[in-house]
Amino acid sequence: MIQWGFIMEKKIYLITDISKYLKDLLANDPILNSLWITGEVSNFHHHNSGHMYFTLKDENSSISSIMFRSHNSKLTFDVEDGMKVNVHGYVSIYEPRGTYQLYVDDIEPAGKGALYLAYEQLKAKLEKEGLFTEEYKKNIPILPKKIGIVTSPTGAAIRDILSVVRRRFSNLYVLIVPSLVQGDAASSQIVNGIEYLNKRGDIDLIIVSRGGGSIEDLWAFNEENVARAIFKSSIPVISGVGHETDFTIADFTADLRAPTPSAAAELAISSRLELEKDLNNNHSRLINAIKNKLDNISNRVKIVTGKRIFFHPEELFAEKTQNLDDLSRQIEWNMEKKLNLFHEDFRLLNSKLESLSPLKTLSRGYSITSKKETIVDSINNIDIGDQIRTQIKDGQILSKVLETEGG
Amino acid sequence: MSEKEMKFEEALEKLEKLVKQLEEGGLSLDKSLETYTEGVKLIKFCNKELNKAEKKIEMVLNEDEGYTDVVPYEQGEELN
Repeated sequence: MIQWGFIMEKKIYLITDISKYLKDLLANDPILNSLWITGEVSNFHHHNSGHMYFTLKDENSSISSIMFRSHNSKLTFDVEDGMKVNVHGYVSIYEPRGTYQLYVDDIEPAGKGALYLAYEQLKAKLEKEGLFTEEYKKNIPILPKKIGIVTSPTGAAIRDILSVVRRRFSNLYVLIVPSLVQGDAASSQIVNGIEYLNKRGDIDLIIVSRGGGSIEDLWAFNEENVARAIFKSSIPVISGVGHETDFTIADFTADLRAPTPSAAAELAISSRLELEKDLNNNHSRLINAIKNKLDNISNRVKIVTGKRIFFHPEELFAEKTQNLDDLSRQIEWNMEKKLNLFHEDFRLLNSKLESLSPLKTLSRGYSITSKKETIVDSINNIDIGDQIRTQIKDGQILSKVLETEGG
Repeated sequence: MSEKEMKFEEALEKLEKLVKQLEEGGLSLDKSLETYTEGVKLIKFCNKELNKAEKKIEMVLNEDEGYTDVVPYEQGEELN
């Protein structure tokens, strides 16, 4: 009984009780129930459930950490092993294992700000995917007729843009698609606006814009869904976000980045003004060119009709007449010369002919003997008794050969 | 880019070519006049294209069910 009683007096706790007791203790500790701890992330694991598990450590110690989905879904950047972070949360007991761990509800990068880190991470990611690549950039239409502007209808950006549009007296149709440009709902509204303008089918240029502000204010333009909507837009997009020094992810993704909202308007319209100037310039050049051509031709006509020949056409004939006379004289002279030469030749030939004539020889006392029309020029052609005919100066002798004798 | 703008661009390009040809002055009178006439036609066309767009500022209403009516934009709203 005593023993029993002793045993009855012993206070025996259940493990669960102790765990609960410790948990209460920690929960009521003014430090442990809400604190910032700095350390390096290791063994990071983003579970299918959406919860994040990792170990936060420094040189000597480590603490298991968990960040539930409800909290980590609000993170703007990706947690990675080796990352130096400041985490906020409370320390408590994980009863099933009897271990204490850190229940994290916020993480910020140690050193640079969370947004800055998120920006860097998203920029690197999209750049790698090619969203900023020049070859994907669409040409800004040279003559946009309908421009859609996704921005706040009450902000400074739309005021600046419209003042440029009005100042330029541009024949433009401007359709404002109202959107929040800061806060959690902003990015999805901007995305909706871009998609709406694409669906309409009549818009040929989009401007996404907001006025200047802090990195938090401009944050919607650094969000992935906005970048992807800009990239996906089949209508060219000009971004005009914040001030000249602000480079948002939207700027990198846009087909053309304007440093400010009013610059975006200028870029959209200026090409139009350039065209007008270009056209006017071409017009005056065209007129000048044709004027020059006509002047040139009328000058030529003037010069030509001013020539002496038009006033003294007879000079044209006088010269020709003289020319003709010269030529006919020349022909006569040439003919005469030719005839004289011909006469001379004829005379020479004639005397030559005469000197060779047999009649001339006969007249000097020679004769020609022939037998049967053949001239006898050898004793061998003659036989005794042949009849031969002898031609002399003034007649013919017919003879019979009595005798031959070689000479 | 819509087809009309392509046409505008083409017309402008053609016009520039014609002006250059005419300026070089090598064309016959007939051809020059023909070129000039065509140039004037192109200028008319381009001007028409340039002035075609309407001058209007509107805003689409963004209701709970999405984008609805397109209404004239009131400048006064920017005072908010």
